[in-house]
Amino acid sequence: MTIVRTPEELENLKEKLVASSDPDRPRVSVCCGTGCRVLGSMDVIEAFRTELGSRGLGNEIGIVGTGCHGFCEKGPVVVLKPSGIFYQRVGVDDVAEIVSESLLNGAVIDRLIYVDPASGARVIYEEDVPFYQKQQRLVLDLNGDIDPTNIEDYIAFGGYYGLSKALHQMRPEKVVEEVTQSGLRGRGGAGFPAGLKWSLCREAKGDTKYIICNADEGDPGAYMDRSIMEGNPHRVLEGMIIGAYAIGAHEGYVYIRNEYPLAVENLRIAITQAEEYGLLGQNILGSGFDLSIHIRPGSGAFVCGEETALMASIEDRIGEPRPRPPYPAVSGLWGKPTNINNVETWANVPIVIDRGREAYSQIGTDQSTGTKIFSLVGNINNTGLVEVPMGATLSEIVYDIGGGIPAEKDCKAVQLGGPSGGCVPKEHFDVPIDYESLQELGAIMGSGGMVVCDEDTCMVELARFFMDFVQQESCGKCVPCRLGTRAMLDVLTGITRGLGQEGDIEYLEELGRQITASSLCGLGQTASNPVLSTIRHFRDEYEVHIRDGRCLAHVCKSLILYSIDAEKCTGCGRCLRKCPAEAISGAKKEPHVIDQDKCVKCGTCLELCKFDAVVVE
Amino acid sequence: MSFQPTFDASEIEDLLNGKRGGEHPSLMSVLEEVQARYRYLPQDALILISESMGVPLSQTYGVATFYNAFSLKPKGRHVINVCTGTACMVRGAKKVLERISDRLGIQPGETTEDGQFTLETVNCLGACALGPVVVADGAYSGEVTGAKANALLSKVMAEAKTV
Amino acid sequence: MVTLSINGQQVQGVDGSSILEVAREHGIEIPTLCYHEALEPYGGCRLCVVELKAPRGPRLVASCVYPAEEGAVVETDSEIVHRSRRMTAELLLGAAPNAKVIQALAARMGVEKPRVSLSDNNCILCGLCVRACREIVGANAISLVNRGFTKEVSPPFEIGSNACVGCTTCVFLCPTGAIKLEEVLANRSVHHWDSDFEAVACKICGDHYLAPELAVDVEKVLSEENA
Repeated sequence: MTIVRTPEELENLKEKLVASSDPDRPRVSVCCGTGCRVLGSMDVIEAFRTELGSRGLGNEIGIVGTGCHGFCEKGPVVVLKPSGIFYQRVGVDDVAEIVSESLLNGAVIDRLIYVDPASGARVIYEEDVPFYQKQQRLVLDLNGDIDPTNIEDYIAFGGYYGLSKALHQMRPEKVVEEVTQSGLRGRGGAGFPAGLKWSLCREAKGDTKYIICNADEGDPGAYMDRSIMEGNPHRVLEGMIIGAYAIGAHEGYVYIRNEYPLAVENLRIAITQAEEYGLLGQNILGSGFDLSIHIRPGSGAFVCGEETALMASIEDRIGEPRPRPPYPAVSGLWGKPTNINNVETWANVPIVIDRGREAYSQIGTDQSTGTKIFSLVGNINNTGLVEVPMGATLSEIVYDIGGGIPAEKDCKAVQLGGPSGGCVPKEHFDVPIDYESLQELGAIMGSGGMVVCDEDTCMVELARFFMDFVQQESCGKCVPCRLGTRAMLDVLTGITRGLGQEGDIEYLEELGRQITASSLCGLGQTASNPVLSTIRHFRDEYEVHIRDGRCLAHVCKSLILYSIDAEKCTGCGRCLRKCPAEAISGAKKEPHVIDQDKCVKCGTCLELCKFDAVVVE
Repeated sequence: MSFQPTFDASEIEDLLNGKRGGEHPSLMSVLEEVQARYRYLPQDALILISESMGVPLSQTYGVATFYNAFSLKPKGRHVINVCTGTACMVRGAKKVLERISDRLGIQPGETTEDGQFTLETVNCLGACALGPVVVADGAYSGEVTGAKANALLSKVMAEAKTV
Repeated sequence: MVTLSINGQQVQGVDGSSILEVAREHGIEIPTLCYHEALEPYGGCRLCVVELKAPRGPRLVASCVYPAEEGAVVETDSEIVHRSRRMTAELLLGAAPNAKVIQALAARMGVEKPRVSLSDNNCILCGLCVRACREIVGANAISLVNRGFTKEVSPPFEIGSNACVGCTTCVFLCPTGAIKLEEVLANRSVHHWDSDFEAVACKICGDHYLAPELAVDVEKVLSEENA
């Protein structure tokens, strides 16, 4: 362990680390993000250790367990370096072969190669995988290279250089100005300019100030913040330290979702290591600047993504937002000036400082600079984390990077920004993704959840799903949010159950507008967005539910009927035996029939039938 | 796996003593540790924590009932958690949840009368590529269909019987 | 002092006052439910919303918590204000259809029947009782528990709280009569909280007024002051 006391010492350490690592040394990079772990990557990495150990290659071939590479669809993902051979869905049984064939002989194992579903092309090297090709990885760039639990890996790639530059070459005001001029905007949702936020807190009166990292990623369908913390926690810390220096804070908190145990663990390790290296704590890098950072686990409340609720939670109270003003920049945590940014925003800060405002602001568009990470999920071929420059279009993300919709189905819309966001129908997929353009469409950038909906998605049910979520997550303090979202949920539930009435759509619109205008905090003010935007773009679906009592996507149980096509049914009896409601009858080898009174519409028969004889309408 | 320790006042006291050193002793982190230890917040533990930390019991109780992570009721020996994040939902998590709920005869958030099973939902585990995701006793299953949920349940139920 | 415009009228208020305070000082009526001048403002019922046209407007703000700023332009009676209040009143009526104060409020806002029936609970979660118990009485016997639609006011574990001193401030402040008090001779029951105790009689007037535990404290304070 080395204590780094000056910029020169940091530079020396980096050079030493680079010199001691041979770039041509063969090594295996195994993704150990949450997605790949679920698919067994920890067993794979252990198998590599055993295999290399038993062959006496433990020293010659390195193993790096990295954070999330982003291509979760194909996990566990293994990349061989320096060749860049990319293997997907790697199992323990493949390990011996990878070592003997690929690592020792340089051969490529055919069955582990990625085949592009769009073109059918076989792709050998990571850099050629279409999923990565159109991305611009600014924040996630090191996720596939470094061991997140080893600070030296980060330093070897130039980590903490931005901090060194800020502390020793820039006055705090200059740092604020640099961030302002870079055009960096908050990545948590609303897109407030980060530099302006910092300057408000910096100029606020008071000796004690706090900075907070909002890592309470609550949007159900977004996980980029988790992957940044899991894969490169030091970049978040570095951003926070630079921000604290600029603002004049000496204490910081990371409020992190407790459902993310690996991110919590990696962040804890990172904090300890940064302290040991003199990059956090007292007299950071010999500059005389002090900062301590604490971790506070969030206990599962979406509303705590709201700044004032988050602070109430750190103060050990229930997560009820309070009215603004006063703004947190003036009176925040324990009444002191406080600056809150989310994980991705903090992670961008070292890049801004390191590369400079001009280089940074050239990425993206005029009003929205830099990149944005989206979690591309739902009905999409390549699920995963996608980092693109602002201004990229949805069609690039969905089709070029995401590889389109599985099972050759049609894409209906993309839902952006989760429970606070809205949907963008296919017709608008060429609109550039930036804060303003999305707002015009009734969606928001939000935290970056991007859920692709195919033709089998019922937009009314999707709206109902989000309203149910918001309604459960509302803190209940103000009337429009507590009762208004409940009223909207009741109406939506009615529609999906065939109880919709003329006037429901107009009532939903009116409720939505009033909840937006009258609610206390951002949760309520955006809660109606999923409903309002689906009404705006898919009003006909609502009307078909209400007027015709039909759900064209075959999702709303009360509006569909299961029946058996007598022509196709072979009378095999499979559905009859498995029907949980005993609703199916029929003699062997004779067409079966579903008793509509007994049918619970669970869909078991549809799943089981090998002859496509079960029909839904 | 579902060993449930019974409430022990001295354990809570140890926990509190360990916490007091910090500048801002955090009620939430104490509650989280108690929740992790007992898998619920026993009433006596809440009273003890409140008295010891000088926090009004009404505040502690408010906090304990506000956040999803805390439970005031003991959980079943086996906890089945269905991810109902958006990605899982558009891939059919609702059907999976209904299947499990019907088979166990309980609604999400409830525990079977025999204390064997608790059914829960979670708002996204961030394993969206594998959706729908079901976590049974800590073990993840991805791409769960109705049929796969049935098989998974049968397995957990069979294990429950052998214990 | 700050000068602002309310409904076109130039008015002055003390620095740090809320829009509601300044308006009321000038006889401008704004309806409220969760506001009480003796308690910290809460901003929960949203009935007191007004239209803030400037600065950074137009938008709705809750006048009980929004500061009266120099040069602000406020409308308390505009159409968007009425639409918002009407919706709030309708929602409250859907949740507490039997509460007299809500019925009257809804009638005043022109709401006849709520379009959605949400519950039948007189408690509207204005939080006056909780704040009074904390801020004025200092007993902290009750708090807001659960969240969202299931939020309610309750003593810990929904059983009578030791911390309750039987002062009945909560009963006095409750606008909807959701907290009921029953006094039979020396027995006092605050029904909503399940609080039951024997009240101590005042030595001078003979009225029963306090929980025995608190009476001891009062006597101690009095004797110290006398000494």
